[in-house]
Amino acid sequence: MHPNPASQLDPPATPAGPTARARHGSLHRRDLAWYLDKAVGIVVFVGGVSAIIFILGIFAFITKEGMTFIFGDMNLKEFFTSPNWRPTDAVPEYGALALIVGTASVTGLAMLVSVPFSLGAAVFIGEFATGKVRESLKVLVELLAAIPSVVWGFIGFMIMKELIEDVFGVPVGLGILNAGIILGLMAAPIMTTIAEDALKAVPDTYREAAEAMGATRWQIILKVVFPAAKNGLLGAVLLGVGRGFGETMAVLMASGHAIQLPGSIFDSIRALTATIAAELGETAAGSPHHGALFTLGILLFVVTFIINLSADLIVRGIRKKN
Amino acid sequence: MVNPTPDQAIKLEVDNLTISYGTNAILRDVSFQVREREIFGIIGPANSGKTSFLRTLNRMNEFVPGMRVDGQILFDGQDVRNFTNVFALRRRVGVVFPLPVGLPMTVYDNVALAPRLTGVKKKADLDVIVERCLTRAALWDEVKDRLHALGSLLSGGQQQRLTIARALSQDPELLLLDEFSIAVDPVTTMRIEDVLKELRSEMTIVMVTNLVQQARRLAERTAFFLNGELVEVGETEEFFTGTVQDPRTREYVEGKFG
Repeated sequence: MHPNPASQLDPPATPAGPTARARHGSLHRRDLAWYLDKAVGIVVFVGGVSAIIFILGIFAFITKEGMTFIFGDMNLKEFFTSPNWRPTDAVPEYGALALIVGTASVTGLAMLVSVPFSLGAAVFIGEFATGKVRESLKVLVELLAAIPSVVWGFIGFMIMKELIEDVFGVPVGLGILNAGIILGLMAAPIMTTIAEDALKAVPDTYREAAEAMGATRWQIILKVVFPAAKNGLLGAVLLGVGRGFGETMAVLMASGHAIQLPGSIFDSIRALTATIAAELGETAAGSPHHGALFTLGILLFVVTFIINLSADLIVRGIRKKN
Repeated sequence: MVNPTPDQAIKLEVDNLTISYGTNAILRDVSFQVREREIFGIIGPANSGKTSFLRTLNRMNEFVPGMRVDGQILFDGQDVRNFTNVFALRRRVGVVFPLPVGLPMTVYDNVALAPRLTGVKKKADLDVIVERCLTRAALWDEVKDRLHALGSLLSGGQQQRLTIARALSQDPELLLLDEFSIAVDPVTTMRIEDVLKELRSEMTIVMVTNLVQQARRLAERTAFFLNGELVEVGETEEFFTGTVQDPRTREYVEGKFG
C-alpha cells in the first residue's frame, strides 16, 4: 500500500476553478441537477400516462355518444346482418353489414396490392441498392408517404376510374378495385419505410455468416434476414392494415360510395369511415342516426384494437416459442 | 521458407498476393503454401492483413469498392477467382469469425441451415448432421435438451462452438478461423483447441490468431504477417527455438511488441 494522505484526496484548487470536492457538491443538499432530474422524471411520466388517458377518453366519449343508440333503436341482429343502411327513411334501418363488408374488402385488396410491393421495395432498398440509388429511393419513398389522402382520392376518381373502365370495360370504374389499388399504393410507402427499417436492424454479421456459408443473396434474405426481421415486418404489414381500415377520404372518393353487398370486384361499396364522414354533419346530436354513426366508430375502434392486440400476441407468441 | 515435403499435397498456394484498397496496400506480395490436412497458423498484430487474406480466399470482399487483388490464391491448384460459382467455393470453406454469431433461429436450425441450403430436407438426415456437428464441436452435451431454444441466447463461448458446428455442417475441405478465441473464456478456448486437434486429420485448417502460444499449441506451420508483409513462414516450433531468421519475428514471439 502506498501512502495516501488526506491532502491528496482533496487536491488544491486549480487556478481555473474550485476544488473537485466543491464541484461535486454537498452530500446532503439537493442541487439543481437533482431537481432537474426529478422534474424530467415527472414530465416523462405525464407524457406516458397522458397517451393512455387520451385513448381511454376517446373511447369513453364515442361510447357515451353511441350509447343512446345502442340502448335505444339498435337491433344487434339487424346491425350485423342486414345490408340496409337507411337512417333517414321514415322507418329507419341500421344494417351495417354492407359497410363492414365494404371496408373489409377494400382493406383486403389493398393489402394484396401493397404487401408484395412494399416488401419488394424494402428488400431492394435495404439489401440490393447501394450508394446514390439507395439514398434517392429512400427520399422518394418518404416523399410518396407524405402525399395527402385527398390527392390519392383524386387520382382514383379521375385517373384510375377511366383506366379501369377502359381496361375492363365496366360502366363505372369506382369500386372495390379502384379503392383497393389506391389504398394499397397509399399504404405502400409507409410500409416500405417501416419494413426497410426492420431489415436494416438485422446485424450485418448475420448476413456475413450466411454469406460465408455459401448462401446466395436470395437465400440470405429468405432464410436469415426475413426470420430475423419478422417482428418488424409484421409491424409494417399491420400498420398498413390499420391505414387501410382507417382511411376515409381516398376511399370515399374512389369506392363509389354506394351501399350494397358487392357481387364483384368492380362493384361500388361504401366504407365505415366514409359513412361517418359523409353523414355526421347532417345529423342532430342525440338523434338515433347520430348515435348509430358513433356506434360505427366504436366498431372501428374495437376492430383496430383487436388487430393491434392480436399482432402483439402473435409477436409475443413467437418470442415465447423461442 | 520451408517447402512442403513431396508426399503431402498442397491445398492452398498463395502466389505473390497483393491486396490493396485504393493506393493503400494491406498485403504486399505474399507467397506461401498450405498443405492438405494441416493446421496452418497466421500470427501478427492488428492491421497486418490477416483478415483481408481470409476474405480474399473465399471471395467475401469482391464488392468492396476500390479493392484490388493482384497475384493469385490457388485452391486445389486452381485460382479461386476463376471459379464461376462463388457460392460453391464458399460451401467448401467453413469460416469462424472473431465474434460468435448465433443466428436468430434455434440451435437446431443454426446447424441445419447449411445442409438445408444445399437441399437436404429429410428430418432424419438433418437430425444426424445436427447431432454429429454439435458433438464434434463439443457442444452437444450442453444443448441437447434445448435444441429448439434460440441460438442467440446461448453464452458467448457456446455460441462460438455453435458457429464451429455450423461451419462443420458444411462438410468443409478448408476451415478458416479468424481469431476465434478473442471473445471466449479460457476454458472454452481450450475445448475448441481440442476440437481443432481432432479435426486436423480430416480437413485443412487455416487459423488466424494473435495469441502466439495458441499457434504454438496447434499449428504445424505458421506465417508471421506484419504491416501487410509476410515476414516469415515455417515450422511453428522454429519460431520458438531461436532458429527464425528475422529479428522482428523473434521480438514478436517473445512479446516485445504487438
